[in-house]
Amino acid sequence: MTSDTALPLLRVTGLRKHFGRDEIIRGIDLDVAPGDRIAILGASGSGKSTLLRCLNFMERPTAGRIVLGGKVIGTERSGHDGKIEVSYSESELTRVRQRVGMVFQQFNLFPHMTALGNVMEGLRTVKGMARDAAAAKAQGQLARVGLEDKADVYPSRLSGGQKQRVAIARALAMEPELLLFDEPTSALDPELVGEVLRTIRTLAEEGRTMLLVTHEVGFAYHFANRVLFIADGVIHEQGSPDEVLKHPQQARTQAFLARHNEFQF
Amino acid sequence: MNHNWNFDAVWANPEALLAGAAGTLRIFTICLVLGLSLGLLVGLGRYSVRQWIYLPASAFVEFFRNTPVLVQILWFYFALPMLVPFEISPLMAAALGISLNSAAFSGEIFRGGIQSLERSQWEGAQALGMTDAQAMRRIILPQAIKRMLPALTNRAIEIFKMSTLASAVAYVELLQQGKLIASINYNPIEAYTVIALIFFAFLYPLVQATYVLERKLRQGD
Ligand SMILES: Nc1ncnc2c1ncn2[C@@H]1O[C@H](COP(=O)(O)OP(=O)(O)OP(=O)(O)O)[C@@H](O)[C@H]1O
Ligand SMILES: [Mg+2]
Repeated sequence: MTSDTALPLLRVTGLRKHFGRDEIIRGIDLDVAPGDRIAILGASGSGKSTLLRCLNFMERPTAGRIVLGGKVIGTERSGHDGKIEVSYSESELTRVRQRVGMVFQQFNLFPHMTALGNVMEGLRTVKGMARDAAAAKAQGQLARVGLEDKADVYPSRLSGGQKQRVAIARALAMEPELLLFDEPTSALDPELVGEVLRTIRTLAEEGRTMLLVTHEVGFAYHFANRVLFIADGVIHEQGSPDEVLKHPQQARTQAFLARHNEFQF
Repeated sequence: MNHNWNFDAVWANPEALLAGAAGTLRIFTICLVLGLSLGLLVGLGRYSVRQWIYLPASAFVEFFRNTPVLVQILWFYFALPMLVPFEISPLMAAALGISLNSAAFSGEIFRGGIQSLERSQWEGAQALGMTDAQAMRRIILPQAIKRMLPALTNRAIEIFKMSTLASAVAYVELLQQGKLIASINYNPIEAYTVIALIFFAFLYPLVQATYVLERKLRQGD
């Protein structure tokens, strides 16, 4: 048990991702321990989304190794030129994605299902739960995000903030060990950002392991125990929120934060 | 031109019209079910990244879209029996021609409908751990079918009208019975008028029903 907790939940080594000739992720190493709350900051196009999407294999890494709970994902083979090639089976990736949940900037709710239906869907289709049990569990998840009274409402009738909270409940229902958030508040009207951030803060207080890509520097400061600043597909600077956000050492981090604080008072 | 309208001879033999209506409904149902389900398979096939699925599906679509249904029916009735060791009934020949032709057209409707869905819907499903097949069945197709409903309705109406082509191989359906009545009684005006009205009586409610269905399906949006 004690040695277990010392092991990282997720270990990423030498991660690279090409799109055609462009190398977007250019060698990232990252350990995520259970209970870690990691905020990821960086300029637009620096590769933050691509990094997250590699972690649940919505994008297949071009190179590198991802180890989840001590187990290497994919089957590694050394190719003829000595390079390691990794192949993934669909069943392995679907199992990984049940353990690594994702919340999207644009919510990606299923518009043909009610809020409850959205939360039940993974339980029914992926986990094969009986309808009643799935409905009860989904109802509980909606209550956790404060939307128990919206169970029968379709996404089109929900505000942006409510949609995102349903999306969070949908991800939570699968009981993932790790939750990835890709700019969960960037598509929201300013007055709706707070309710979603409060929901995420509650999850942090429960000790959930989370990676959060965000432009909300203030929230990142209070939310995270570690902050990564990404630039050009590498981790340019990392450390505690105090180190990275208050006393950044790298010029690019300083410039990025200065731009973000430009209009604060 | 003064015509004395006289429908007596048409109504004198209601069994003939009933048999025709039954025949029309039978071939319509067969072709609707076969045409749309085969069309779904073909549409999924044309969406496949696997060449051994994609190429035959595409060849099927191109071939049956670019030959007249009437020619197909006549081919299945007169040519196919010479190539296979069993008899081809008028119903089989007509149902084959109409179903395969409808499959080719509805396959394109299905493909377009599936492609019209945003990638984010696939990703939402994937992120929950769904396989591609589960995502297709639970997330993509239900939404795609909603979008395709007007086009599929038109297909169904087309199939209903195409059923009259079965009269070319003397399959007993409404038009065939109309021809029969007209030739026995020399009253083509009355006979074909009644046939047209019967078709209208079937199709008009069908079209109205699909409007209602469309409105219902749209409630979630
Ligand atoms: N599927 C893809 N095909 C080709 N290029 C892509 C693809 N996805 C991302 N890119 C490119 O990779 C780069 C990094 O994109 P990414 O979305 O990871 O950036 P980001 O840091 O999340 O930016 P933002 O803050 O704007 O969300 C961009 O230049 C983008 O155009
Ligand atoms: Mg992004």
